[in-house]
Amino acid sequence: MSMRKPFAALALVLAFGAAPAFAQNAGLGKPISEADIKQWDIAILPDGTGLPPGSGTPAQGAQIYAQKCVACHAEGGKGGGAPGAGPLVGGAPLTNGIETQKTIANYYAYATTIFDYIRRGMPYTMPRSLKDDEVYALTAYILSLNKLIGENDAMDAKTLPQVKMPNRDNFIMPYPDRI
Amino acid sequence: MGRFKGRRSAPSLESVAGNGLINRRALLGQGFAIAGAGAVAGATGAAAEPLQDYPWSLEFGQSTPALQSPSKFEKQVTRTLSNPKDELRNSHARTPHHLLNGTVTPNSMHFSINHCGIPDIDPQQHKLVIHGMVRQPLEFTLDKLSRYPLTTRMAFVECAGNSAPMFSNEPMQITAQAIHGLVSNSEWTGVRLSTLLDEAGIDPKAKWLVAEGADAQMLDRSIPVKKAYDDALVAIYQNGERLMPGNGYPMRLLVPGYQGNMNVKFLRRIKAVDQPAMTFFETKNYSQILPGGKTWRFHFLMEVKSFITYPSFSHQLKEPGMYTISGVAYSGAGRISRVMVSADGGKSWGEAALQGPTHPQAFTRFVMPWRWDGQPAVLQSRAWDESGNAQPLRADFVAARGQTKQPVTNPLIFPNQHYNSITSWGVDNKGEIKHVYA
Repeated sequence: MSMRKPFAALALVLAFGAAPAFAQNAGLGKPISEADIKQWDIAILPDGTGLPPGSGTPAQGAQIYAQKCVACHAEGGKGGGAPGAGPLVGGAPLTNGIETQKTIANYYAYATTIFDYIRRGMPYTMPRSLKDDEVYALTAYILSLNKLIGENDAMDAKTLPQVKMPNRDNFIMPYPDRI
Repeated sequence: MGRFKGRRSAPSLESVAGNGLINRRALLGQGFAIAGAGAVAGATGAAAEPLQDYPWSLEFGQSTPALQSPSKFEKQVTRTLSNPKDELRNSHARTPHHLLNGTVTPNSMHFSINHCGIPDIDPQQHKLVIHGMVRQPLEFTLDKLSRYPLTTRMAFVECAGNSAPMFSNEPMQITAQAIHGLVSNSEWTGVRLSTLLDEAGIDPKAKWLVAEGADAQMLDRSIPVKKAYDDALVAIYQNGERLMPGNGYPMRLLVPGYQGNMNVKFLRRIKAVDQPAMTFFETKNYSQILPGGKTWRFHFLMEVKSFITYPSFSHQLKEPGMYTISGVAYSGAGRISRVMVSADGGKSWGEAALQGPTHPQAFTRFVMPWRWDGQPAVLQSRAWDESGNAQPLRADFVAARGQTKQPVTNPLIFPNQHYNSITSWGVDNKGEIKHVYA
């Protein structure tokens, strides 16, 4: 860990002497409770930390997909319905070359990434309009299309992080010392 | 005696490498130090005509505007767009390096990539929250951030996909803007992220920060806490003025030398955590497939690189004679220490002059005097940084990182990322310039 310099704290101690309220830091940040951050706190970690309550099945996801996703991602997740909306299924082996299209099945290391990205940004024109149950269902549907889970497997905070993604152990870090 | 040394010993236009490269010391003082019999004024021999006053000198000009914009004669100097029809998808704008000079990218021409449009943020309402593994979660407004001791520094920001057309197995005939336009360099001013993390009291067990923007996708990336304490800023000014909307207004993360996408724009939240979040962008776009099928993750560093901006594709050399080869060099690992230039496709190299001061993780402009004899030449630059990293030669780079099987025809696609090898400009005997691999 690098040195952590209490620069602001030092400057203020010098300026205000022993004023205890300023002894630790500049005091310009306004304290806020985690409860008040809840609406914003949508970060999810690959071990499942942060996943919300709720669940959904591939069948439920298929219905939502038909209403809200198919226009861009096309039938069965094949992609090509809208510019930039890549396929959600398939994927050639990465040994096919450096420009192989990266897909959920051939590339993603964690299934939590799918939930996180759908909840953050999908549908593209109506971000964060989906309920958590719907996000779970869509995630389940996409995983099922890719045969990464069974067609009746429900996804929730417990099952989603356990989905084994095929490419998980294929990553290497070029600069491990920078982490 | 010593103070006149430079002037008295001004070197002649001595050759330092093949095909007309001249010792960079010829640039000492003002312009070329012309000496010896080689220098001839007015190489084309056309006699000058008697001077006359032009119309603009004979009438009252326009009054001074509040915000000035470039001359109407510079209208071609613009960014190029990947999504000019405003379709519902990502949009890129590339910096016109072949039409600019110096090291600072004008704010209107800083590159910009937006995955879901540019949010229209009210700076009075925007908030930055720091929470997670901290003693006390905190909320900051732009006004509050402006009261901290602000740090100003130069830094390039480069998209990991910059120069991606050079993964094509055939050289694409496109400008330096189309190839390298997703890097720009600015003077950024902001608050050290470490100051804010200290104020919130970050837990020593927190190793990562999930940084999130206020755009429609709430783009987020995992940033090592280590980088935050090294040199990260929450930037609130760009070249002296508030950030441009496309560059993150009203505040963005600046992680100097790291992938552009990690410099999260419209920054609204930083959560301290104990593991990387494996977000969409670090999972998919900004990691790379290697030959053989292994993949790189957390390839944060933008490695040492340079490219010649003049002369380059789309320029035309009108006559043989003196030119100054010029370009930019930069490294995510520190300062540029050396740039070598070749005019014969890498057979011989001469050291370019660096226009200092050289800043870490920032553009350094290099210049190299060159006498073009009217014969074919291949111009290249190669940079080194202070950590000893050398810009790889293309053969070595392709061996390590691969190239496409078929020629790329669309310069807007990204066959792969983190290209930092050499760019070659081939000059033919008419002075036309092609992009070549050498």
